Amino acid sequence: MVLSPAWSRSSWNRARGQAVAVVACSGERYGRPATGLQTELALRQYDAIVIGAGHNGLTNAAYLAKSGLAVAVLERNPYIGGATVSRELYPGWTYSNCSYVCSLLRPELARDLELPRHGLQVVPYGGGVTFSRDGDYYGNYYDHNRQYREMARHSQRDANAYERYATDVRKQTRLIRPYLLRRPPDPTSLKPRDLRDLYGFARAFMEMGEEGLADTLRFWTKSVGDYLNEYFETDVIKAHLGGTGVIGTALGVYSPGTAYVLLHHYMGDMDGNVGSWGFARGGMGAVAGALAKSFQAFGGEIICDADVDRIVVRHGKVRGVALKNGDEYRADIVVSNLDPKRTFLDIMDAADLPADLLHKARNFKIRGSSGKLNIALDGLPTFRGLDPKSPLMLGDMHFTDSLERLERAYDDWKDGTWSKDPYVDMLIPTQTDPTMAPVGKHMMTVFVQYAPPKINGGEWTDADKAGFEKSVIDQIAAHSPDFRDLILHCETRTPREIEAEVGLTEGNIFQGELTFDQLLFNRPFPGYAQYRGPVRGMYMCGSGTHPGGGVMAAPGANAAREILRDLRRADVVPAGYADD
Amino acid sequence: MTEQRDVILIGAGHNGLVCANYLARAGRKVLVIEAGERPGGGAASREFAPGYTVSACAQWLYQLHPAVCRELQLERHGLKFAARDLASVLLDTGGRHLRLLGAQVEGEGISSADSDAWRSFHGRTGKYAKLLAKVFERRPPRLVESTLRDRLALAGLGLGLKMLGRDDMSDLMRIVLGNMYDLMEEHFDSPQLKALLSFDSLLGSRMGPRTPNTVFGYLYRRSGEVFGYTGAAQLQGGMGALGDALAASARSRGVEIRLGAPVAGIDMRDGRAVGVTLESGEQLGAQVVVSAADPVTTFSRLVGYRNMETGMARRVSQVRCEGNAAKLHLALDGLPRFIGLDAAALGQRLVIAPNMDYIERAFNAVKYDGYSADPAFDISIPSIHDPSLAPAGGHVLSAIVQYAPYAPAGGWEGPAAAPHETHRECFTRLLLDKLEQYAPGIREQVVACQLLTPADLERDFGMSGGHWHHGELSLDQVLMMRPFPGASQYASGLDGLYLCSAGCHPGGGVMGLAGRNAAREIIRRGAGA
Repeated sequence: MVLSPAWSRSSWNRARGQAVAVVACSGERYGRPATGLQTELALRQYDAIVIGAGHNGLTNAAYLAKSGLAVAVLERNPYIGGATVSRELYPGWTYSNCSYVCSLLRPELARDLELPRHGLQVVPYGGGVTFSRDGDYYGNYYDHNRQYREMARHSQRDANAYERYATDVRKQTRLIRPYLLRRPPDPTSLKPRDLRDLYGFARAFMEMGEEGLADTLRFWTKSVGDYLNEYFETDVIKAHLGGTGVIGTALGVYSPGTAYVLLHHYMGDMDGNVGSWGFARGGMGAVAGALAKSFQAFGGEIICDADVDRIVVRHGKVRGVALKNGDEYRADIVVSNLDPKRTFLDIMDAADLPADLLHKARNFKIRGSSGKLNIALDGLPTFRGLDPKSPLMLGDMHFTDSLERLERAYDDWKDGTWSKDPYVDMLIPTQTDPTMAPVGKHMMTVFVQYAPPKINGGEWTDADKAGFEKSVIDQIAAHSPDFRDLILHCETRTPREIEAEVGLTEGNIFQGELTFDQLLFNRPFPGYAQYRGPVRGMYMCGSGTHPGGGVMAAPGANAAREILRDLRRADVVPAGYADD
Repeated sequence: MTEQRDVILIGAGHNGLVCANYLARAGRKVLVIEAGERPGGGAASREFAPGYTVSACAQWLYQLHPAVCRELQLERHGLKFAARDLASVLLDTGGRHLRLLGAQVEGEGISSADSDAWRSFHGRTGKYAKLLAKVFERRPPRLVESTLRDRLALAGLGLGLKMLGRDDMSDLMRIVLGNMYDLMEEHFDSPQLKALLSFDSLLGSRMGPRTPNTVFGYLYRRSGEVFGYTGAAQLQGGMGALGDALAASARSRGVEIRLGAPVAGIDMRDGRAVGVTLESGEQLGAQVVVSAADPVTTFSRLVGYRNMETGMARRVSQVRCEGNAAKLHLALDGLPRFIGLDAAALGQRLVIAPNMDYIERAFNAVKYDGYSADPAFDISIPSIHDPSLAPAGGHVLSAIVQYAPYAPAGGWEGPAAAPHETHRECFTRLLLDKLEQYAPGIREQVVACQLLTPADLERDFGMSGGHWHHGELSLDQVLMMRPFPGASQYASGLDGLYLCSAGCHPGGGVMGLAGRNAAREIIRRGAGA
């Protein structure tokens, strides 16, 4: 079979009418399944192969295909999306059973890949609420004035401090956002490009002035608890704001470095409103679905039920991948969307990797700390003290009313067990997006912290899972008298399930902890933080690379930019928008 | 008002005395005013029971900068070591102890892999500590609005980093913001070795092994090795001997030291510090006021918020300095019998912290203003090397206890859970119970016992929150942010007022560099001339 050059390969695919079944945003099959027939051998040759159809893999593939390369995405599961999925796990109900809300998706990418045209609709939800044990609550309203009055109801001082707090946090996000769609500078490198990046990075800091710089440094090294204590006095307000400082981390609210995580969750935007969150209509699978359609519109192929066994390397160069069923796919470029541990310790041969990388991969910290409950409800539950028609019902709901309770939940994780008094981030999206459940019924998504990857050093048992589930249901039921009776179905996911089904090692949702030793030029490891792997032609594009986790699509795009640069092809990846 | 002096220095703690010494060497006329009856501040010896003397606060010397010792001629003024290069021994109830000194580690639980790993880790972190030590020896550079001097210092630091080589530089930049728990898990197998190293990283802090920041704390402590201390050292006569030697050296240069004279406030006129008023009412004037008291005391009590603009007042109120270390002093009628240790071995630094989770659990309690029944100890029995500290046949035991809250609910004299027991009595009992596990029969040997909680340390030594470092040594409160931006180069931000305590760069630990750096800065600016 004659090897055709890239451009004619992709047009050949289109000419063959590789029309793929485009299905509704429910995470159903995309693409054709892998086959074992020898006659298909010629079809398994591409310019680039992306392993894993998670949102970063799809983004990466879309940009490579947009550039004109023949690209295939190989996905182990029969459905795409990774942790950006919608699954009908109970007849009639669609669960966003991993990620559940949208904010961080880079607007530059959403627009450039025309995701709205391909079916993505994100509806902002306003506000949120934390219920306290005494029957009261603290509500976070979208409307500025209503927000002020609600805070003042608890503490006049806090209401006045909030303006200053919001301004200070926003100032910090403005510093970070330009770096999301850029590769991180390498401070140990003497290459001109890196030195220039580093200089630009330093300049931005200097321009903030002494006070601004000090504020930034303190923000990045402080704990979210200490940071909030500088502004607020009310326990329930601090708890409401502090939860986002620990989501997805193996840290507590008093651990230094968590103020940065707060930032990480605050720096997204919805239609230009920095810091607001929304629901993808049809569930998070809509994000993956739109990315997939965009990719396919550029001629890309998605191949499901393709479980990669290893990346094939010969003479220090990548040759392609081999599947567990024996099929081989040939390409000079292989991009792994799997997490760094899985990439280097599972699907690559130790003999092909330098010793220092193996050591770093083994020590990479990827401990899961969360679980999830996805619940089908027979109706809308009521919450003590809250008017069912309140706009606060539409947002995120929590029941941990003090930083101390949040910290104690973390203590349990350190002790190797799930939190007896967990922190939950709960939403009922069907109030905003009725397509996810039958008429009049509802779907509840509950993100829970903390849940360790192992229970006292051993695997999670079904009894553990039941205990974990009970701790969450009990907590919600304590504030909602009709909740328990409305439960039709509950899917409980511990780190064990998250790893088994989604492929996220130890159930860590960010493909690696977000601490400074694993961020920026350290993500995933020093020396390998610019998306290139240790072997020619091998790349990484998942959340285990800069800028990290959350449904951002930035890692996928940044990796594509580096690949295209190495191929000396034009850069088709958009730059980040400059903020006003 | 009496005569105008060049400098009034508030507080005769070791940094204050070091600063006074250097200022006097440069020709300034200095008056040091100390509230207590003896010089030395937290470097103090105290006879807490008839015939039994102990280092009341700091108990080991392991970081005193050699230049300070040499330039102030401390040995000539009476400073003598009772013991040097003492190993750290991590105790085990079964006698299988771990012994560590410099690059050597030994014990039943140590594999040859761990031994090698320690040697390599020790060497590499030694390089980092060396770089850090250079940073400690000068004032912290400002990053913005910096002078040429600062920019040169920054360039020097950058060069120092690059000179580590790419691998080490990457490694340092990766770990410096991290926690000891994870770093230890990466490198070692032995739970004892991991515990000892992480314990060293958090003494005096409000941090546990899992707290990010502890790696920096470890490197901070390792600077002691760079300054010539392979292990801990003990002074003849207790730590008070340091205060005495510094005072003698200062007096020999014409510094006047007034003891027993607590300061009520710093006098401000038109935004400028012009002197102090003592609690006795006496007013003393000077061209320059230097405070060796901690920053919170200095600004909030001595200066007063009404004399500061709101930005500074806010920054002062945000300085975190809640101490969580307590001191336990025991007067014993004989040598305690620690399992598996002979009399000579008892003279070393003894640590109770069987593994990192144990330390972390003890830390958990203090986050909620409680205390654990299983605390960690850093134990010294100084009477072994210095028999003058106890009557013949008797001994003193001095232990740093991690962790203790500043004040539990209801206060230390308030009721504990058990009936008829105050928190103080309860905690003391728990401490003795724990010691009994490692030294059976020690309870019976106790003649007198004293517990100094962080609140006690605050009262006795004038340190806000009872925090030894005069402010948490966390990354948001170090270098150019210590004690807060704008006051990080020893000039307080208020005209005529300078700072020289551990609350400034580099921090605490009986190093003497804060005082030395402050003096140099004052001299460089020509203040008080």
